[in-house]
Amino acid sequence: MYQDVILDHYKNPHGRGLRDGDAEVHHVNPTCGDEITLRVRLDGETIEDVSYEGQGCSISQASASVLNELLVGKELGEARRIQETFLELMQSKGQTVPDDAMEEVLEDAVAFAGVSKYPARVKCALLSWMAWKDATAQALGETAGGKTA
Amino acid sequence: MTQLPGLLDTEAIRKDFPILDRPVHDGKKLVYLDNAATSQKPRQVLDALNTYYERSNANVHRGVHVLAEEATALYEGARDKVAGFINAPSRDEVIFTKNASESLNLVANMLGWADEPYRVDRETEIVITEMEHHSNIVPWQLLSQRTGAKLKWFGLTDDGRLDLSQIEQVITEKTKVVSFVLVSNILGTVNPVEAIVRRAQDVGALVVIDASQAAPHMVLDVQALQADFVAFTGHKMCGPTGIGVLWGRQELLEDLPPFLGGGEMIETVSMHSSTYAPAPHKFEAGTPPIAQAVGLGAAVDYLASVGMEDIARHEHALTHYAVGRLLEVPDLRIIGPTTAEERGATISFTLGDIHPHDVGQVLDEQGIAVRVGHHCARPVCLRYGIPATTRASFYLYSTPAEVDALVEGLEHVRNFFG
Repeated sequence: MYQDVILDHYKNPHGRGLRDGDAEVHHVNPTCGDEITLRVRLDGETIEDVSYEGQGCSISQASASVLNELLVGKELGEARRIQETFLELMQSKGQTVPDDAMEEVLEDAVAFAGVSKYPARVKCALLSWMAWKDATAQALGETAGGKTA
Repeated sequence: MTQLPGLLDTEAIRKDFPILDRPVHDGKKLVYLDNAATSQKPRQVLDALNTYYERSNANVHRGVHVLAEEATALYEGARDKVAGFINAPSRDEVIFTKNASESLNLVANMLGWADEPYRVDRETEIVITEMEHHSNIVPWQLLSQRTGAKLKWFGLTDDGRLDLSQIEQVITEKTKVVSFVLVSNILGTVNPVEAIVRRAQDVGALVVIDASQAAPHMVLDVQALQADFVAFTGHKMCGPTGIGVLWGRQELLEDLPPFLGGGEMIETVSMHSSTYAPAPHKFEAGTPPIAQAVGLGAAVDYLASVGMEDIARHEHALTHYAVGRLLEVPDLRIIGPTTAEERGATISFTLGDIHPHDVGQVLDEQGIAVRVGHHCARPVCLRYGIPATTRASFYLYSTPAEVDALVEGLEHVRNFFG
């Protein structure tokens, strides 16, 4: 489960810290107390920045770092495709072995494939991705108000 | 092997617990240190469950056939055993529930619907503590919200004890009920019952004690505690899940209204109204957890045969050893008392900046089962400024070698994330 890629992101996180954003959300994982505050800044259809601050296990923190690395600079359509692919991988209960196509989409995030075998840890890996989805919806004016859970 | 004075013959005891022999993760020896979450079950309890289902299964308190009579005798026999185990003055004071949460909710709801002098309303106050399990917080929050009563609590000292310095301001003439945990499920602290009960009695407040982490580990004497209600659960004390106990003083059980209505709890029913069976049946609506009660009866027989005083002595020796060994681990901070005095065999800690989930996962890879998270006591984590803890908790079958395995495992965790 603890791939070197995950440990590297945990020890040297990308883009950590809160910067200006168009929307901010705070998500928690109530079963373990992992928390993240995440901001999204958009420039039209482009993700200009995803900044975050949080506390939690190596999986949740590394996942936020990977998210930052993957999504910043991407168009929203592509970012959604990456998010959906990551969600699919995390919900695969360890059954999905990432192929080349998936690896091309997810890059470092394929390292989380092993986490999908551990139901208790899947939520840790998904925390920042769900927060990003929520913050993006808010930045686009699709929903009002944050949520926690 | 480390020998400590006061230890039980764990080699013999462990033979009673088949699960302790199973390997995990490709042949690693299981080191089960999650006893505060649930205990393992001895063969004697498993056999009692099996025998009940294979020979005597029927519904209780109805039917005239032989199985119904046997099932009723076994179910009520379990009540006798539990009453004896907690030194209840009367077997009719032992109410079976499904767990300690249900027991505590039951008390809160008895009081919520009670008439004077027990009525809880906006003129009155409810007192709990900051170290309660959520099951002894939320029912009182609900009661407070529904009745307008004010909810107050005792805070904690830096070393994991109740701060009773303001006891006369916390428990006042307005206080109707004081509910607190006897042994904390996260800090391990054993609370000073007498001081709290004395103050509660002075102001005429009822006392509810959550003994979930006490009943499995020490002599529990409800008369000595002088409480009005005592709640605990079966599965932490070698019994099955699905069975809990609420002990209450007889006159209170007579006076207070039922909460759940249904079969079993009535005397006569018409379409307009009903009269209720005497306690404990008044509080046991519907078909009860019969096999589970029988299993709990077997569990208290088992614990009594080992001896609760001997179990307490064993765990005290082990706690003393474990606290000492854990404090040798660099960057390890015990959350709770750092000596074995007035504390149970549940030890929570943090390990540097390494998140408890990561600690637990890497320990699991070595076959060591601990609990990580906030242990359903989130206010304690907030109080000490930590997101979560890793918790190791011991029982009558735990050994010094398992403490050593934990300490070695933690060294491995530090190297892994260091």
